[in-house]
Amino acid sequence: MELGFLLGSLVKIIAIMAYLYGLMWVLARPSIWIKIAGLIGAFAVVQLALTDINGFRLLNNFDNGLLFQACAMTMVALGLNLIYGFNGQFSLGQWGFYGIGAYAAADITYRWINGDARGLLVLGFGALLGTLVLIGINKWLQRFRGIPVLSSFTLYLIGALIAGVTAVYLGNQLNPLITPFLGTAGEPGPLNTPAAQQVIYFLSVILAGIFAAQISFLFGLPVLTLGSDYFGIATLGFTIVVNTLMVNSDTILPFPEMKGGRGMIGIPKLTTWFSAFFFMMLVIIIMRNLIHSSTGRSLVAVREDEVAAKAMGIDVAGAKLFAFVVGSFFAGLGGAVYAHYIGFLSPGTFDFLAGFNPLIIVVFGGLGSMTGTITATFGWIFFLEGMLRVLLSQMGTEAPTWRFVLYPITLLLLMLIRPQGLLGSVEWGFLKGPEFTPVPRSHPEPAHESAA
Amino acid sequence: METKPNGNEPSVLEIRGLTKFFGGLAAVRNFDLTLKQGELVGLIGPNGAGKTTVFNMITGLYVPTSGEIYFNGTNIVGLEPHEITRMGIARTFQNIRLFPNLTVLDNVRIAYHPHCGYTLTDGLLRTPRFSVKEKELTEQALDFLSIFQLDRIYNEVAKNLPYGEQRRVEIARALACNPKLLLLDEPAAGMNPREIIELMDLIHFIRERFDLTILLIEHQMRVVMGICEWITVMDFGQVIARGTPKEIQENPLVIEAYLGKGVTHAA
Repeated sequence: MELGFLLGSLVKIIAIMAYLYGLMWVLARPSIWIKIAGLIGAFAVVQLALTDINGFRLLNNFDNGLLFQACAMTMVALGLNLIYGFNGQFSLGQWGFYGIGAYAAADITYRWINGDARGLLVLGFGALLGTLVLIGINKWLQRFRGIPVLSSFTLYLIGALIAGVTAVYLGNQLNPLITPFLGTAGEPGPLNTPAAQQVIYFLSVILAGIFAAQISFLFGLPVLTLGSDYFGIATLGFTIVVNTLMVNSDTILPFPEMKGGRGMIGIPKLTTWFSAFFFMMLVIIIMRNLIHSSTGRSLVAVREDEVAAKAMGIDVAGAKLFAFVVGSFFAGLGGAVYAHYIGFLSPGTFDFLAGFNPLIIVVFGGLGSMTGTITATFGWIFFLEGMLRVLLSQMGTEAPTWRFVLYPITLLLLMLIRPQGLLGSVEWGFLKGPEFTPVPRSHPEPAHESAA
Repeated sequence: METKPNGNEPSVLEIRGLTKFFGGLAAVRNFDLTLKQGELVGLIGPNGAGKTTVFNMITGLYVPTSGEIYFNGTNIVGLEPHEITRMGIARTFQNIRLFPNLTVLDNVRIAYHPHCGYTLTDGLLRTPRFSVKEKELTEQALDFLSIFQLDRIYNEVAKNLPYGEQRRVEIARALACNPKLLLLDEPAAGMNPREIIELMDLIHFIRERFDLTILLIEHQMRVVMGICEWITVMDFGQVIARGTPKEIQENPLVIEAYLGKGVTHAA
């Protein structure tokens, strides 16, 4: 019997929930120093648990992997919650942006350790030029009234293509200046020391996020004008297109190192607990600050009632696009962290069926609840993998099949019992947003003399 | 009838030859209207006369087939609804359109978005300006709610409120948009007589307090006749009469539109 293992999984899930609760609690303290101390403490606790001390490790390699996977998935799911839960746009495209982020970041570091700086240069210039061009066109278009979406989309697309071609040109021109310092995979140069690789890895994660955000801007601009259901189908199409391109990345796309359907191997495993924690907290903090600001309220208003939101002076199309781009940015970050943890990318991972996973997590945790999404992600990953281990020992190779019978049934039961999601709209500590105590008011201005 | 008593005041809203076709159906045809600063004007007419369509065109939800709408001298035809709201036109809806799952306070605070006083960067980095402005606008929103006697229920979810309170939240939310022109679409619908009296006082009060010009659609004759200075009557998309409440009450065309031909006096 693997009952012990099952119990172990349960204990781990409870411990992680307590950990997350404590983290959110300490971040909600008013003093900035306590917050920083709390963050460092939260990082150190897990780092300690992952470190080998006299041959004893609290969290083994398996748990370590689950933890990094959960961090990456948290970013993806939070992004989707922003798009679907807070802004009300049913999207199945999140998985596509996750894949784009994973492949983009993997390409940068893979090329870098093999003595080729073009990945970093092209995506770096692309992020810079592309963003500038898109913002420039946006500012310029604001001077005009009533431009059809497709016309502005065409302009953005032309601008993005010019920026992209320029970035590729600049990357190819500047590459020879850097390659001497990179060395080869066998003999790493001065820019390929472990520390330098970490820097490149951090850059690659951010560039992957920006790249995903740029693609989502170009894709979302025309597609977000569709109604909610049609938008969902269009984004599903996007995920399938991205997946098809991955399968054929070495034939119809000029990326032989991605090796198409065989999968990209040899990605440096650069994800550490520090980077996974750093990017996850970055996403959580950005998202929390966004949601509890005026812009966040405008996003929620669009979900609640588009016509009323327009009448309140909210640019509804802009709000939808903004949420979509930010959500995809998070997905890109998550993909990049995942790619450098797993070290191997296969198009099968980014299949559209797997794309329902973040959706399940978001709905399961509660639409419009950050706490729900974060806890559901960690619970989901540890539960699924724990179940796999238990079943494998009992049933051998049929276990994966049984897992996907038991897992939907569990989901179904939970949705029947709690349709609003696991935590509904409960938020923990830090995620609650700023609190205030209203001063009780007297009614100095009675407008109702005649009402008596 | 075109000359108003305070003729030297600048016109806040001037509508000329406004026409809207839905397919072959003229919902509004050649509609003219001028609103001077501080006026309270009623727009009445039988169901389907095109009143709400006029509102939707003023606020940019519909694009007129032809015609011009000048707001403080600027032609606003073709602007996006949110741009029009930011210029200073706020409205309420005939079938209440609150943000149902948000609290009363958040409903009002959303209206502050265009003029919240801090940028997205301030919000993301939690700068001091964010905290100051956020507190300020929350206090202001509570002030609005207290005018409408809603401050005690600021934390209630909007969809759980009774009908009359939802109407008041909607007006408070429209006022939080910081408008110069307020469009009220049947504010008294579904209210009991006591609530209607309160509403009339409230409309008077907010007009004085916030220096507003108000255009009002209403079916409750009591409200229209009680508070409007001028009334425009529509039927089948066209203006059939304009004048003071008293003139309108005696206008045979209006009586005909409401009650049909052959009736000699209004009910």
